Amino acid sequence: MTTGAATDSAGAPAPPPSAPPEAALGAVGWLRWGWRTLTSMRTALLLLLLLAVVAVPGSVLPQRSSAPDEVATWIEEHGRLGELVDRLGGFNVYSSPWFAAVYLLLFTSLVGCVIPRTRVHWKALRSRPPATPRRLERLPVHRSFVVDGPPEQVLGAAREQLRGFRVEAYPQSLAAERGYAKESANLLFHVALLLLLVTVAVGQLVGYTANKVVVEGGSFVNAAGQYDSVRSGARFDGDSLPPFKVTLDRLDVRYEQDGPRIGEPRRFDANVTWSHEAGTGSASVAPNHPLEIDGTKVFLTGNGYAPVFRVTDSTGTVVYEGPQPFLPRDTNMTSLGAVKAPSAAGGGLAFSGFFLPTATVDDVLGPISTYPDLVEPKVFLNAYRGAEDGRAAGSVFTLDTEGLDRVEVDGQPWLAQLAVGESATLPDGQGTIELLDVIRFANFQVSDTTGNGPTLAAAVLALVGLMGSLLLRRRRVWVRATPGDDGRTVVEVAGLGKGDADGLVAEVERVTDGLRTSPGTLDTHRTIEQERQ
Amino acid sequence: MSVAELSLDLVYAAMAVYALAMLCSFVELALGRPVPAAAAAPVPAQAAARRAAPAEGDLLTKERPPAAPAVPPAGPAPDSARWGRIAVSFTVVAALLHLAALVSRGIAATRAPWGNMYEFAVAGSFAAVAVFLVALRRWPIRLAGAVVVPFVLLVLGLAVTVLYTEPEELVPSLQSYWLVIHVAAAIVATGGFTLGAVLSAAHWWRTRTGDEKRLAGIAVPPAQRLDTWAYRVHVFTFPVWTFAVMAGAIWAENAWGRYWGWDPKETWALITWIVYAGYLHARATTGWRGWKSDAIALVGYAALMFNFIGVNVWLGGIHSGYAQV
Repeated sequence: MTTGAATDSAGAPAPPPSAPPEAALGAVGWLRWGWRTLTSMRTALLLLLLLAVVAVPGSVLPQRSSAPDEVATWIEEHGRLGELVDRLGGFNVYSSPWFAAVYLLLFTSLVGCVIPRTRVHWKALRSRPPATPRRLERLPVHRSFVVDGPPEQVLGAAREQLRGFRVEAYPQSLAAERGYAKESANLLFHVALLLLLVTVAVGQLVGYTANKVVVEGGSFVNAAGQYDSVRSGARFDGDSLPPFKVTLDRLDVRYEQDGPRIGEPRRFDANVTWSHEAGTGSASVAPNHPLEIDGTKVFLTGNGYAPVFRVTDSTGTVVYEGPQPFLPRDTNMTSLGAVKAPSAAGGGLAFSGFFLPTATVDDVLGPISTYPDLVEPKVFLNAYRGAEDGRAAGSVFTLDTEGLDRVEVDGQPWLAQLAVGESATLPDGQGTIELLDVIRFANFQVSDTTGNGPTLAAAVLALVGLMGSLLLRRRRVWVRATPGDDGRTVVEVAGLGKGDADGLVAEVERVTDGLRTSPGTLDTHRTIEQERQ
Repeated sequence: MSVAELSLDLVYAAMAVYALAMLCSFVELALGRPVPAAAAAPVPAQAAARRAAPAEGDLLTKERPPAAPAVPPAGPAPDSARWGRIAVSFTVVAALLHLAALVSRGIAATRAPWGNMYEFAVAGSFAAVAVFLVALRRWPIRLAGAVVVPFVLLVLGLAVTVLYTEPEELVPSLQSYWLVIHVAAAIVATGGFTLGAVLSAAHWWRTRTGDEKRLAGIAVPPAQRLDTWAYRVHVFTFPVWTFAVMAGAIWAENAWGRYWGWDPKETWALITWIVYAGYLHARATTGWRGWKSDAIALVGYAALMFNFIGVNVWLGGIHSGYAQV
């Protein structure tokens, strides 16, 4: 679990041996061996790299959680291979057992590493800096020189120079260490990662995400049964949603009007009014600007057109009147949809077709939309009979034509092409359909944010720990002052970096220079510098 | 001439000067020849070098062969070195033009100039040069420029030919101050990882050839120092990348209502993070320090590049499908 810099040239706890034990050790021995192998640095590293590898297929294959349609198409196109991939969890990679196995093993290994290291670090925090080695010249950085002042004075001055270190006095020498926080930060980082895993899991369990299509003038209430779709965790409590109501007053949309990016969206702005037991208000909901009510966020995640129809049946009764959202299929808002009038006399009526905000009839492609805004709006519809149960069957956005009779004229499908204000009459007086208007709809996503705070806190702790662990430096410095033969004092300064020894030379030289220039120890003329490496 | 055209002209000017820098580096490599043995008097040179630059972290450990010169020996510099220094001067001038191009692009678009692939390529390649030049002030890694500069030239070439777009107002899903924070961190990290990859590759080469081997006659820093520098660049960059991923998650929460959705871009950012975490661990694991940790760093860089190019081109996802909102 060490992050890089924690290698210890001076002998940290030795890595646990990973050679298999003698068979004679029995089950306990094997368990111990297994645990040691799992918690070894090498295993952790391999699991880490393995985690990177097993994350790849989920980015290459379509995933059920985000693109269920694409998954179905993929399986269809690949036949047996598609089924095999499905059985192996290839379309649910991030919730698959093998993906979970890798990260759970990794986190287990992490726990097995954090606990002993915390124990070791706890001891280190309370222990004295280790006694001065007898032969300081063997250390990576070593300086030796002679000064006039007596040894006690030199060591006194050394204490001044070693501010910020934990200093321990030994006979004729000082041992100093600093940077304990590096290991504390390292442990904090890894504990925070464990915490992150827990907070994410809890957030998933209690949270929910719901979607609702709302036409201009329409509204929705925050209740599980009111949504078009709800995705929630196992511990989600559908009865405890904060009660509020959101009404979409107007959706303002602006597209790029010319140039190479013509038709690219520039602005989506849903003007809403909301009411909650705590009060009411109006707001503008746009991408990157969700509305937050009582810990719940309302996002604008989609938009489209809702043609407003009036359908009358053969008796002249209005059997349908109102807006019907048509779902966009491309960037020019070519939209598909259906209108269902199950109560129409003579066994129900239904229409299905597409809506084009800027309709152009292309010689090859037929009618297409060439711009996403309402320039030349038109609907193209076929009609079906026998849809008494049309509303119950399937979603309101599509029409399942199986079992329905297509309305035909002279053997050709009846086709209505309507601009706003136009109407079309079905053959044999079966009824009429009129396009009254076109309004917009917005797709709102409602997300619970209760789990986000702890997750963010864990992530911030991890970042703080990571920076401390990578950027702080742990090092030891020893100063020894012994009386020399000529009555002057021989001073030795030596340093040892744990892990990354960056700046160690500078640190030792700082202490050295400080001692040589400090009053009382000042070496008048005859500085002897020895550089032994 | 509009500000956008000025910006593009500045990119072309920077490319021209980078090309000069690249040529000078290549001349340095072509002219480089072994220094006569007499000039390489190791012991005094070593001491002189240490006195000259004590703060540079000239750490000499026990493992290190005592005779290995830490820096090129003193004495008359080989002719080739002059070309190397000229290359650095050209690189500095080109980087200033590059920066001016970036700033003027921002003025033309009236926003942070990293809203699309063209702008990200220009900003990211600038970050790579900037990190190289900053590191060069501390460490003698001039030869790394012979790799970084041609790479930057290649990226800019692709930017002006394949990726170029006029400055446009952003699509609504990108209209957020998190764009400034998240993408800026990603750009800095891209620059840092680029230098890290070059130094790791150099270290790998060094461990295979031995510290005495010269590159086209030019002294290359010994393996141990290359390893230290590569590690330090990665140690600086890894938290920046961590921050970029976290800022991205916060932005995603604010834009799409979920902080993590396993979108291809998110997934590959995490893969990159995990691989670089593996590099840091490998450097602390017995038996993995050396060519294996170098290889992991290079795999991390490959993942980073794939996230920038491959994911946009082949994998799509919500990061590229934002126009659908």
